[in-house]
Amino acid sequence: MNSSFVMNIFRFIFLIILQVLLFNNIKLFGYLNPFVYILFIILYPVNSNKSILLLMSFLLGLTLDAFSDSGGIHATACLIIAFLRPTFFRFSFGLSYEYQTIKISERVTSERITFILLLVFIHHLIVYTLELSRFNLFLDLILRTVFNTLFTSFICILSIYLIKPNKR
Amino acid sequence: MQQVIHFILKNSHRLLFFLLLGISIFLTIQSNSYHKSRTISSANVIVGYTYEKIDNLKKYIHLKEVNEELAKENANLKQFLFNKKDTILSTPISLPKDLLQYKIIQAKVTKNSFDVYDNYLSINAGKIDGINEDMGVINSKGVIGIIDKTSNNYATILSILNTKSQLNAKIKNTNHFGTLTWDAKNTGFVQLIDVPRLANLKKGDTIVTGGQSVIFPENIPIGKIDKAYIDKKTNYYTIRVRLFNDMTNIGYVYIIDNTKKKELIQLENSYDEQ
Repeated sequence: MNSSFVMNIFRFIFLIILQVLLFNNIKLFGYLNPFVYILFIILYPVNSNKSILLLMSFLLGLTLDAFSDSGGIHATACLIIAFLRPTFFRFSFGLSYEYQTIKISERVTSERITFILLLVFIHHLIVYTLELSRFNLFLDLILRTVFNTLFTSFICILSIYLIKPNKR
Repeated sequence: MQQVIHFILKNSHRLLFFLLLGISIFLTIQSNSYHKSRTISSANVIVGYTYEKIDNLKKYIHLKEVNEELAKENANLKQFLFNKKDTILSTPISLPKDLLQYKIIQAKVTKNSFDVYDNYLSINAGKIDGINEDMGVINSKGVIGIIDKTSNNYATILSILNTKSQLNAKIKNTNHFGTLTWDAKNTGFVQLIDVPRLANLKKGDTIVTGGQSVIFPENIPIGKIDKAYIDKKTNYYTIRVRLFNDMTNIGYVYIIDNTKKKELIQLENSYDEQ
């Protein structure tokens, strides 16, 4: 428990640094920045305290908002996906997910990919809806969401695949 | 009472969610409104410091190119230096007065105002000294305003700290123009609006007067970019400019007389008459 808590804190800080220094500067096709920082919410242990996840997600989003001058957009999106995470789990792993000891970081399977895609999609949808709400740019909104979802998910899955933590 | 506590305990997770959601949505909405004074932004200490460090790092990476540019400029200047003609032998150039486009008149500010919406300054020079309406006023640090009314010995200046004031300004070394206005909040800052989103700007860039105005010559300093954000409504930049001048403390000023102004205005008006 304790080591996983430290691991989470470390991941929190590391992901923010990575996001701000690297991923916020990618600007693929001029506007696509992968929001890889939500790996934190994806990788958070399944059966750990959910209220702490909510708080941490909120803080994560808020920190990112401070860095990108976006008010509370990321905080809102992170909070909502953190809250809906159990639902996504149920959707992609079946009803009895709580009894299985799933570790997202263990293997890349189709169920895990479904889970990641769903989470990322909802997150991006919320972010872009709030960001573009002023302009009536519905098509743009959808395009950005879809492309950036694919982009972010790709990098997330790749990172998980590459950095498998302490393999026996 | 017990039931209330029971309810709170039972739904603590959900209540926490709604509380945090409320906060984040509040922050989102507030950042959309015109004055984003209370939101968390990159203007705070930690984030600002981080960005400064990142920028330093980037500068360091580009050091080589900057060095090369400097060396090139040095070479150019050396070329001038070595090929210089003997200035003592040549006769001093004296332009006839008619050819000078800008004449400078000096004056002293006798009354300064900066605490209301529409601020005016008064100076101790007037028509007799050659001052007329719509001349530009500057001092050694930057733009002060425009002459508003004149009498024989006095004149008033429409300060840039005036909600009616609208000056043409641009970002130095580019041709992205905007309109300089004041939101009547802080005497140290003015707003540059309607700058195209394409403009490549960053904090600290210098804002100067634009060439589109007949009142001011080009490239007179105004201030530095303090904060820039894209207006969600118009999709143009709104830039907060920190003035070089301390508008609360102004002594001597220079009034700029553009002698070609009449000609230019006549030319532009000739289209309207057709």
